[in-house]
Amino acid sequence: MESYFKSLDSIDGELATINLGPTHPATHGIFQNVLKMDSERIISAEPTIGYIHRAFEKLAEKRPFYQITPITDRLNYCSSPINNIGWHLTVEKLARIEVPKRVDYMRVIIMELARIADHLICNSVIGVDTGALTGFTYMFQERERIYEMYEEVCGARLTTNIGRIGGFERDFSPVFMAKLKAFLKEFPPRFEEFNSLLERNRIFMDRTIGAGPITAERALNYGFTGPNLRAAGVDYDVRVMSPYSSYEDFDFVIPVGVNGDTYDRFMVRQEEIRQSLAIIQAALDNLPQGLYHADVPSYFLPDKEDVYTQMEALIYHFKIVMGEVPIPVGEVYHCVEGGNGELGFYLISDGGRQPYRLHFRRPCFIYYQAYPEMIQGSLLSDAILTMSSMNVIAGELDA
Amino acid sequence: MDHSTLLQLLSRQFPEHIHILSPADGKQMPTIEIPREQIKPILNFLKSDPQISMSFLTDLCGVHFPDQAGKELSVVYHLHSFIHNLRLRIKVFCPIEEPTVPSVTDIYAAANWMERETYDFFGILFEGHPDLRRILNVDEMDYFPLRKEYPLEDSTRIDKDDRYFGRDGHEGVTFDKRVDRQ
Amino acid sequence: MTKSINEVILTDKFRIMSDIKFAQPPAGVEGQGFFATSLDQVIGLARANSIWPLPFATSCCGIEFMATMGTNYDLARFGMERLSFSPRQADLLMVMGTVAKKMGPVLKQVYEQMAEPRWVLSVGACACSGGIFDTYSVLQGIDKVIPVDVYVPGCPPRPEQIIDGIMKIQELVKNESLRRRYSPQYQELMASYNIQ
Repeated sequence: MESYFKSLDSIDGELATINLGPTHPATHGIFQNVLKMDSERIISAEPTIGYIHRAFEKLAEKRPFYQITPITDRLNYCSSPINNIGWHLTVEKLARIEVPKRVDYMRVIIMELARIADHLICNSVIGVDTGALTGFTYMFQERERIYEMYEEVCGARLTTNIGRIGGFERDFSPVFMAKLKAFLKEFPPRFEEFNSLLERNRIFMDRTIGAGPITAERALNYGFTGPNLRAAGVDYDVRVMSPYSSYEDFDFVIPVGVNGDTYDRFMVRQEEIRQSLAIIQAALDNLPQGLYHADVPSYFLPDKEDVYTQMEALIYHFKIVMGEVPIPVGEVYHCVEGGNGELGFYLISDGGRQPYRLHFRRPCFIYYQAYPEMIQGSLLSDAILTMSSMNVIAGELDA
Repeated sequence: MDHSTLLQLLSRQFPEHIHILSPADGKQMPTIEIPREQIKPILNFLKSDPQISMSFLTDLCGVHFPDQAGKELSVVYHLHSFIHNLRLRIKVFCPIEEPTVPSVTDIYAAANWMERETYDFFGILFEGHPDLRRILNVDEMDYFPLRKEYPLEDSTRIDKDDRYFGRDGHEGVTFDKRVDRQ
Repeated sequence: MTKSINEVILTDKFRIMSDIKFAQPPAGVEGQGFFATSLDQVIGLARANSIWPLPFATSCCGIEFMATMGTNYDLARFGMERLSFSPRQADLLMVMGTVAKKMGPVLKQVYEQMAEPRWVLSVGACACSGGIFDTYSVLQGIDKVIPVDVYVPGCPPRPEQIIDGIMKIQELVKNESLRRRYSPQYQELMASYNIQ
């Protein structure tokens, strides 16, 4: 390989400039990188982002608290329920709402399903980028099953808008329970089949081991979180460090990598899927009895049937829909472990209908700035792999 | 180590500059306000002090308070120490006529794009930033959209009658019109 | 009695797989050993069932498009298994997701790079009208920049809806006159978008 590069170098010492993106078949999403290439090696990269900047933060300043949930859907759209529930947890933290244990466990089930869906899309796309389409077709069937479960809970597939401030809009239906149990039984063998396609596949290993590495120190300095940080060897997980939604009740392993390269990122995500399955199983086994929402009528939208028949419910419904919920003055930062890492909500409230300021700490946005450093000196094809293994989601990147 | 010892350590190190806005209470992290010229020494101390070692910059964002004369723009830093699992929120303020804050990119590499985003949204100039350009919006944009005086809506939109939405026509805001038909 | 083309195709070994639906032949005159119809319709039939789409997926709707491409919904049934990532060889531009103003010129350039005849499918509320993002940075519908043939509403639309939109495109393709792209109306439309 080395001699091959040398021979190319001797032919022509000039650097080539390649414009990768904004629409490029190999980049999943809208990213632009202007690469300086020495034959096939990348000398430097200059990323440009903002191609789907949608002004979430400005929009959030003009929307009542309930109407912000649909905006959070569109941050990391591969795992919308985590964003929705993270936002609800933030408002609950500000308004000091305590939710029943059952709600916590229900949320854990939904969030872990979302994490599985998120990691599945990332890992199957790494497969596609190395030339293995089979895993993608297998895993998209399984993702459809997760979508069907979302539909049972909230009625939507992708941008879920799941839950309410204080809980869920309805209890898990028997159909959902049946689908979840079937999923927990049938998914693991299929997942292991997918895993066996890639994990010890010589071609896959040759392509991914050593591609786009980052050290733990640099990763921390660049603000990495989530699977990408864990692949570099730092076992930081928000679910363990600052537990929310009763995550302290669950026993699970945080997988860590060694080299922080594409293979490690792939393996960390694979193991996290297994851990998520175990968490879901544990939450399902110990699902407490009780109500599916907190008893906070001034925040929690009442049942539609009650709205039609009871005066009190009608008043609360009207007040909540018009944005007249009693929100205390104050500021709060709440973070959840999103599909890509620490998804934070920094909310400043002046007691009004809308947040005074809402800032999203988007993990993608923060760690994508390390991308030029990670691909420096590597091959162009490895740069593509590095990007897909970092799971950069355009919606989250550009907000 | 807990939050109160952290605040004590800080106050002892920088006796005149630490202004505690809210101490730690239960789930909430403590918030301190510092003068903007002190941000680099204090962050350096917080990162390098072996007892504290706040090695992780969680978040950096701007806020605009148009009613606070002389302190209109604010930059909020969220720090995290993985060793003690402590979080700290630091605020600096600057007047809107002179919106400069020292850049912390040489302490935390993560601050690079976050400062660019804050500049893009609020027009806060980070002194010493290696490459302070707009990041999300187009380079030709001539205002800072997240400042409170600017509208959310697209001022070039013509298919809506703004009177029905309770807003005026937002005169005076221009935007790149390349993408329009004409 | 003469057999129709469909009957001829469905003989012998194909009869075993007779649950496969073949494209209906266009109306024409047929007799022993010949079938006459207009060139327009034959070409339209061929084009409609071998569209090469260019997925211009920017955000959420792109994930639903991936689901549409996946095994459960299988876009390949419509002669579309070959995604053309290069605009030069693409027939159908599928714009899926939010297009910000920063992206507008890029979208227009991609459209200009496509060869005639070209069709545009706008998937999702954002591409159709800006959707919930009535903000300073979002283009309020891609029809501000390029002409659109079919709009698919939804945020995001389900895969069934995307497929429905594609079938509508197929109808348009099938019935388009070969001379349409040279008509003064079409030239006028292009001129209104400043496209040569």
